[in-house]
Amino acid sequence: MTGSLRRIGAVMLRHWYLIAGSWPRFLDLCYWPMVQMILWGFIQTFLVQQSSFFAQAAGILLAGVMLWDVLFRGQIGLAISFFEEVYSRNLGHLLATPLTIGEYMAALMTVSLMRTAVGLFPATIFAIWFFGFSLYSLGIALVVFFFSLIAFGWAIGLFVAGLVMRYGLGAESFAWAFIFALAPLCGVYYPISILPSWVQVISAALPAAYVFEGMRAVLIDHTVRLDLMITGVALNLVWLAVGVAGFLIFHRQARERGMLLQVGE
Amino acid sequence: MDAIANFAAGEPGAPSAAIAVDGLTKRYRDVIAVDNISFTAPHGSFTALLGGNGAGKTTTIAMLLGLVLPTAGRITILGRDFASHAKSLLAQMNFQSPYADLPRRLTVRQNLTIYARLYGVQAVKARIAQVARELDLETLLDRPLGELSAGQRTRAGLAKAFINRPRIVLLDEPTASLDPDTADWVRGFLARYAQEAGATFLIASHNMLEVERLCDRVLIMKLGRIVDSGSPRELIAKYGRTTLEDVFLDVARRGPLEVAT
Repeated sequence: MTGSLRRIGAVMLRHWYLIAGSWPRFLDLCYWPMVQMILWGFIQTFLVQQSSFFAQAAGILLAGVMLWDVLFRGQIGLAISFFEEVYSRNLGHLLATPLTIGEYMAALMTVSLMRTAVGLFPATIFAIWFFGFSLYSLGIALVVFFFSLIAFGWAIGLFVAGLVMRYGLGAESFAWAFIFALAPLCGVYYPISILPSWVQVISAALPAAYVFEGMRAVLIDHTVRLDLMITGVALNLVWLAVGVAGFLIFHRQARERGMLLQVGE
Repeated sequence: MDAIANFAAGEPGAPSAAIAVDGLTKRYRDVIAVDNISFTAPHGSFTALLGGNGAGKTTTIAMLLGLVLPTAGRITILGRDFASHAKSLLAQMNFQSPYADLPRRLTVRQNLTIYARLYGVQAVKARIAQVARELDLETLLDRPLGELSAGQRTRAGLAKAFINRPRIVLLDEPTASLDPDTADWVRGFLARYAQEAGATFLIASHNMLEVERLCDRVLIMKLGRIVDSGSPRELIAKYGRTTLEDVFLDVARRGPLEVAT
């Protein structure tokens, strides 16, 4: 177990060296969540003045955009951390060490968690300062929402990383395509009930949809919906299993096709 | 501790070969990259894989590292089946290849620290200082890899390949980008390490002088098969030539005198 933690720590150290050694990279982690928060903060300020609904549900858009960023940054953080090895043609070195594929996945998830937390924390503080909205007002539910969203992000990130391992950097664009395709289905800014009924069937399979419904329940009705949380967590287990299985299958296929030493720029 | 580590080369009970390959085959759809090869490398030996481009040398090394799955065949390293004990065996192995780089934005020291931890090296700082001294990298340790010359990067890659004091070393063109003086110096380092650590080397190389100087056994590969083998001296005598390069050209252009089994 100690050896396992040391190897996971070594992969994390690799990404720490990369980020800590480059202030533009560090700034980039925080920049986009901040820009998104400011944009949606002003939209919300405007809507509050125009609509009694938004006046009563203060922070609903800001909470939506910041929680969406947990999913987005969680997924991109994992995929980018993997792509860094591909860009630098380091994957062959890494996977020919005692590092197991399970340890590597665990390391990627931990790096993603840290990148997401570091990137999002300043935006949540500035949201309080600029717009008087605290994401932390969601209370203990925020912890469940955060881990539910980041776990869904990891599932997608692992699958996309596996695609790149198997098909090369040509599949890199899926990192953005997958996640943006999900945004309209997750009900980030509106209830799932306004979607066409056949789209609602798809939304019902997405853990993130339950998080955003739960978030609105807290902010509008001031109720914590345990049923939504439990369904979201259960669905996450399924999606994570799919993401892990996808990564393992693509890893095996990459070894069968001799891709691990070839994949790179 | 790994049971294998309890045996020194040549001791009673020690596995007979450090590397044993039996019927190893790699097929990509219609292309056979490695075609049913078998060989052994005794403990402490230097074995060269010689062959032109596409002969199957790199694929063979990649299969020995677990980076490519064999279509058929069996690999035994230090007496253990590689497929079943890959990760524990990889802790005692290392490699250097022109097909894999180290992250260029990180310094040499950062790269070596990461790999030392991945391989479970004890006293990481002391080991990095030692390997840097041995490979004349001391003044380069805190420079990003991307700022180094090709030759300096090759030496940094070699430092990574020896960071865990491997018992099995797989090198693909280890001196390809080095000037003659540095290449000669690196060959001296490899020979010293082999003698001191009793390590087993498998080297893919196009440099015949290097192979003649370092290797006690040569496996000549062509189209995925081992078509001849022997010590450099035996092969030179067998083909009636004066250098291994002439032997290589004979095999490449006319084929082997007889096919090895």
